Amino acid sequence: MKPFTTHTGVGVPLRRSNVDTDQIIPAVYLKRVTRTGFEDGLFAAWRADEHFVLNLEPYRAGSVLVAGPDFGTGSSREHAVWALSDYGFRTVLSTRFADIFRGNAGKAGLLAAQLEQSDIELLWKLLETEPGTEVTVDLREKTVRAKDFTAPFAVDDYTRWRLLEGLDDIGLTLREVAAIDEFEQARADYLPVTTPIA
Amino acid sequence: MAKTLAEKVWDRHVVRRGSGAEPDLLYIDLHLVHEVTSPQAFEGLRIAGRPVRRPDLTIATEDHNVPTVGIDLPIADPVSRTQVDTLRANCAEFGVRLHPMGDVEQGIVHVVGPQLGLTQPGMTVVCGDSHTSTHGAFGALAFGIGTSEVEHVLATQTLPLRPFKTMAVTITGELRPGVTAKDVILAVIARIGTGGGQGYVLEYRGEAIEKLSMEARMTVCNMSIEAGARAGMIAPDETTFAYLKGRPHAPGDALWDTAVADWRELRTDDGAVFDAEVVLDADELSPFVTWGTNPGQGLPLSARVPDPEQIADENERVAAEKALSYMDLVPGTPLRDISVDTVFLGSCTNGRIEDLRAAAAVLAGHRVADGVRMLVVPGSMRVKAQAEAEGLHEVFLAAGAEWRQAGCSMCLGMNPDQLAPGERSASTSNRNFEGRQGKGGRTHLVSPLVAAATAVLGTLSSPEDLVTAGAAAAVEN
Repeated sequence: MKPFTTHTGVGVPLRRSNVDTDQIIPAVYLKRVTRTGFEDGLFAAWRADEHFVLNLEPYRAGSVLVAGPDFGTGSSREHAVWALSDYGFRTVLSTRFADIFRGNAGKAGLLAAQLEQSDIELLWKLLETEPGTEVTVDLREKTVRAKDFTAPFAVDDYTRWRLLEGLDDIGLTLREVAAIDEFEQARADYLPVTTPIA
Repeated sequence: MAKTLAEKVWDRHVVRRGSGAEPDLLYIDLHLVHEVTSPQAFEGLRIAGRPVRRPDLTIATEDHNVPTVGIDLPIADPVSRTQVDTLRANCAEFGVRLHPMGDVEQGIVHVVGPQLGLTQPGMTVVCGDSHTSTHGAFGALAFGIGTSEVEHVLATQTLPLRPFKTMAVTITGELRPGVTAKDVILAVIARIGTGGGQGYVLEYRGEAIEKLSMEARMTVCNMSIEAGARAGMIAPDETTFAYLKGRPHAPGDALWDTAVADWRELRTDDGAVFDAEVVLDADELSPFVTWGTNPGQGLPLSARVPDPEQIADENERVAAEKALSYMDLVPGTPLRDISVDTVFLGSCTNGRIEDLRAAAAVLAGHRVADGVRMLVVPGSMRVKAQAEAEGLHEVFLAAGAEWRQAGCSMCLGMNPDQLAPGERSASTSNRNFEGRQGKGGRTHLVSPLVAAATAVLGTLSSPEDLVTAGAAAAVEN
């Protein structure tokens, strides 16, 4: 995974709350069996509207999404994170993220940064009055900056550490294989296995 | 120290306790796999040269993409076919048990696990699907995971996780006739909101919950995710044990007593403290339907479409305005006046045998209204066989409904079962998001009873309305 320390890019104001993962990428776009190319499904229904923010210059080239509360609710599809990443987003800013989405984002190197709603409102105004404004998200300092605007954001320490170091979860866990072996030895003997019953 | 049910199950599965910001490493007892969220996980294993650590704790089924007609033919959509073929190749390569389309045990992953007896109290159950919360009905800690986590579980049979907070959702009193588990959970979501459960495991408890059957409990736990909670749980009891006894993968006679003794420990201790608590009175609940585009936008069937002007919170007001515009609804319209084109009975929420029985009992002797199509999609091939043994399919067919093969179907429209743009459904599924059932489709979430009555009258209705309509027709004659 590519380490994430700081990122600067065009901010995209998405004035919507409850952006569920069906909106981020509708189910019909989930059929690929590879890990890339999901950008075509990103916000597919909304992008059909020529006035949708990602269809407008200079937002089209955005990489910092500024969204309303409860971003990423609904389906667990990690494709939602891949669609955002494949499109070019490195960060999503919101007041509140759905748990599964936030977990998925951290694993795929997309920073889900939590801001106060008042700061989101200020950013929306700034990005709408001055389209193309670049937003800097500094994971070391846990701050968001754009022009005169500065605000702190929250992200849990473990995800921050993994993102800063670019660490792969599976590799980390496999260092503890002895503990897993030991745990397995002590499991209750009535627990089921999926091996077909003859 | 007194512990909640969720904390007990968690503690039983800690492989290594995390220190500071580091998460706990949790052992996973059962991993359910399907074709949509697994291909990239298997690809990741292949690239890294890693095997599946415990294929004997892993089981796969084809559900999201599969057609519900003509299943003996190749899947027409080439991309769906590729996903299904990829799952088959991956399961063969990594030694994972698979129930493919047409197999007697095939079905929606959350219907298949419990009916095989693989879901048991106190287990940790995961799947790359958010409705994994369903399995919490057995007192298991069960939750949806993303594809990276699927790969992680395949490779290590563990997940690094931080403990959840706990919320007690207590349903006091007794449900009135005609009020179902679906109405309970829709009312809970309307109360706490789609984000209200975020970070929590919900424990459903109270008299009304204890009286629910296992299948009804699954309906409740299934939609925990729609309240933002990754998991919902119900303490196992005699109902749970009776459901499990004799199932193919349930403990056999030699181990049964040991297992039950262990399962009886899985209750929230007296004096245990929840981080939050919500109480609903079952006596006050009535059939519930959604009017908007998130599952929290629901009201009793007797209510009217809400007026956004009267919603104080700005975000909610804007959300309601957008929802009504998408749903093409006018504030003040009685919900009972909303007519539908399609009725969908099925999904991991309401595609089990009791759901089909309930709907068939309402439909018996009636016809689906002119201009309405009704799809009945059993949650699994076993459910389908059971329904056919009971003659339920004949009730559906006689009423003019379509009787289909098992799968996720119109719940998310990844297969050809979709709404056309502008079409409106009454659906027993779990999500009324924009475009969920087909681009431009409009969804009202309902119980199987409301679905069946709506199919007959063509407008959102409860079985009581059928009686009233019947009496009115008799007077006219």
